[in-house]
Amino acid sequence: MAYTEEELKKELETQEYEYGFVTKIDADTFSQGLNENVIRAISKRKEEPNWMTEWRLKAFDSWKKMEEPNWSNVKYKKPDFQKISYYSAPKSKDKYESLDEVDPELLKTFDKLGISVSEQKKLAGVAVDVVVDSVSVATTFRDTLSKKGIIFCSISEAIKKHPELVKKYIGTVVPQRDNFYSALNSAVFSDGSFCYIPKGVKCPMELSTYFRINQAGTGQFERTLLIADEGSYVSYLEGCTAPSRDENQLHAAVVELIALDNAEIKYSTVQNWYPGNKAGKGGVYNFVTKRGICHKNSKISWTQVETGSAVTWKYPSCILKGDNSTGEFYSIAVTNNYQQADTGTKMIHIGKNSKSTIISKGISAGKSQNSYRGLVQINRNADNARNFSQCDSLLMGNKCGAHTFPYIEGKNKTAKIEHEASTSKIGEDQIFYCNQRGIDTEKAIALIVNGFSKEVLNKLPMEFAVEAQKLLEISLEGSVG
Amino acid sequence: MQLTEKLLSSFLAFELDIDINSSIHNLRTNAIKNFEKLGFPNRKMENWKYTSLNQIIKEDYTVFSKKKNVIDFKRVKDYFIDNIESYKIVFVDGFYDPFLSQTSHDGLDICIMSAALNKPKYSNLINKYFNKSASSEDSLTSLNTAFSKEGVYIHLPKKTVLEKPIEIIHFATGNEAALMLQPRNLIIVEESSEVEIIETHQSLTVNSVFSNSVTEIFAQKNSKVDYYKIQNDVISSSLIDNTYITQKRDSDVKVHTFSFGGRLTRNNLNFYQKTPFINSTMKGLTIIDYDQLVDHHTLVHHSNPNCESHQDYKGIFSGKSTGVFNGKIIVDKIAQKTNAFQQNNNILLDDKSTINSKPQLEIFADDVKCSHGCTIGQLDRDALFYLRARGIPKKEAKALLTYGFANNILESVKIPELKIKIKKIIAKKLGVSLGFDL
Repeated sequence: MAYTEEELKKELETQEYEYGFVTKIDADTFSQGLNENVIRAISKRKEEPNWMTEWRLKAFDSWKKMEEPNWSNVKYKKPDFQKISYYSAPKSKDKYESLDEVDPELLKTFDKLGISVSEQKKLAGVAVDVVVDSVSVATTFRDTLSKKGIIFCSISEAIKKHPELVKKYIGTVVPQRDNFYSALNSAVFSDGSFCYIPKGVKCPMELSTYFRINQAGTGQFERTLLIADEGSYVSYLEGCTAPSRDENQLHAAVVELIALDNAEIKYSTVQNWYPGNKAGKGGVYNFVTKRGICHKNSKISWTQVETGSAVTWKYPSCILKGDNSTGEFYSIAVTNNYQQADTGTKMIHIGKNSKSTIISKGISAGKSQNSYRGLVQINRNADNARNFSQCDSLLMGNKCGAHTFPYIEGKNKTAKIEHEASTSKIGEDQIFYCNQRGIDTEKAIALIVNGFSKEVLNKLPMEFAVEAQKLLEISLEGSVG
Repeated sequence: MQLTEKLLSSFLAFELDIDINSSIHNLRTNAIKNFEKLGFPNRKMENWKYTSLNQIIKEDYTVFSKKKNVIDFKRVKDYFIDNIESYKIVFVDGFYDPFLSQTSHDGLDICIMSAALNKPKYSNLINKYFNKSASSEDSLTSLNTAFSKEGVYIHLPKKTVLEKPIEIIHFATGNEAALMLQPRNLIIVEESSEVEIIETHQSLTVNSVFSNSVTEIFAQKNSKVDYYKIQNDVISSSLIDNTYITQKRDSDVKVHTFSFGGRLTRNNLNFYQKTPFINSTMKGLTIIDYDQLVDHHTLVHHSNPNCESHQDYKGIFSGKSTGVFNGKIIVDKIAQKTNAFQQNNNILLDDKSTINSKPQLEIFADDVKCSHGCTIGQLDRDALFYLRARGIPKKEAKALLTYGFANNILESVKIPELKIKIKKIIAKKLGVSLGFDL
């Protein structure tokens, strides 16, 4: 039977979220609400030193004075910040020596996600710092990493064990007052990952963390701090799935990357949180601040595959402070049903000979809205700065929207900036061309969508590329081969 | 006294001077209320993020020139296009100058707004078109509407193809230390009619002039409008040009904007496509220096299927000058088969020059072809070397490359005499005499 675009559209509309399930684990959850006492309690629960508590309170002070921004091209019901529980941890809080000690229920969850820790340990050579609702419960491959002097642990552990590093770098890339959600995160962050790669070390394996929002009504406030010291290299993977739920869940993470001289960081994200059902009910609010700073000759590369969340609002950015630094941003954003995404990047060129590349692919289906919003800023002293941006949108059906808001600011006469964008649908002639050569319509659509997003998929590390393909399949089943 | 307050109190004086019983006076009073509410735009507004009016509105402008000033034709001869037959509508300090003008009522109307607003025979058309497309939200447009009194009124009945272009020139004599001008223009081109219009704002001294102009153009079925804006004013003049264009089926409207002069120039160019099968073209060439600022804000609203729009803006920025481009294309759900194209190319020549560009697409239909491109770069060093290796001095070589960069904008100017005039302006601006025609 010939597969038509109409059928694809229909299929997309009826496609349900595959990873919707709730793990039954006893959780230690705070009552709802936010005030100074809650912040002190979070800090105390996590056995944090005094300076950290003060740092959180300072952030809370600024947050109280800030207003929730509304300039984005997304519409949603504003969360009530007093109706969120700010801390949730699985109850069995002991540190595990081996996987046997981990709650079997929890392990099953990982199995369902296809990331069995034991399997990963053997097969992929990936160290996984698994986070279920904020507290990290299993860390593997620590031995291999620690031999190289690499620190990879939860941020709460880092605050206790490596306070000098955390104190030096936290909040330097994303200041507490940076924006409404970063201030909130700074005040209440529950856990997250910390990574330090020492001078001249090339991290031997892909580091990865899985985030899952699990407890009903808990916002998850992750804080990630990644420092690549001079001449080091690290590739970091972040992947997310969340259980199906009807009320909206808020996720306001902060990710800070620091690439010191000659260092390179590759940060890849696959995001597949619950997007709400096909009537647009429920789903995760994903309001994330991600930013990296590049010192001399260093490089930061962001790759993201965004298929989930009811509302996505994030701009992984690079501050190209050092001379000869490089920033890259590769993104695929797929929206379906009533999903909304407002995503893009900021490339701030400060150093001489700094280079940046932006490739953004947006695919909208159903009644979704997909926006690219980006800033390329070439400052006065950024001689010979170079930027190339490309943002393409693919529309399926006339109920969705694709929007582009690029801001381009040039202040240097030796800089070169190129920006191009296009919007189109899957061309009938393209499908016809394939049909003519004996490729049926389903395969043809798969081929075209695959080709459309190939430039970005190619940038993902091997381990992740497989999962990314899988997530694209779930979001646009039948269209991706 | 702040300019805002001065304008509000001037409105009371203005009311003594005009017929407050006329049907459009309601529009004026509503507009002044809107302006009172909104005030002048500031940089906190998304649309004014890169352009500040603070320095401009600080000055103490005379809102109405006290007396009619007369200027001698010899003094301003150079500002008209040479060797060409044309209709002319000339204003001096905001007043119509019948001696310099050459209008017509011969089966068509090429005349002035004050006549159209006051004479009963025009009232039908005024009621039908006046202020119908101009934004009632925009504060500067409202300000202009409130003080609307004088400007250009053009009405071409069905199947009128004008043989000669219409030149519109607004002179400022500098008799006032600082003068504010608010021309209000209405151009109605009926079915199958064609017109070419050239608009210029020219100050004759270095005294400050601040013009806030609003033009409404209605292009009916199968009509053609070619509109050329020559912005080569002295460095003490500022211009805010708000143009609203409403098009019907098979019409073709082209707007060319040449921005070389002025202290601050802001062009708000809005196209509304009311039926299917419409063609809209916007082209712009900006060459500025010193601390000049030119800001192009375009909007094309595709609300019907099978329409096209083309935008091509080029800019060359020297000294401490700043260029802003904000091109917005909206494609509604029903506007299938839209073809929207937008291009913005810029060259920065100096360390202190700045360009801010924001090409913006908002698309709700799937079967469309929309693209935009934006570049910021320099003159090609290899090309410069090539020319200099062949004995062409640096300045001339640069000028040649500049002409090459700007060529496709110049090429689409349909009036040969105007093209020559623009080339002369560019040559003067670049300080070269190439001695041959390009």
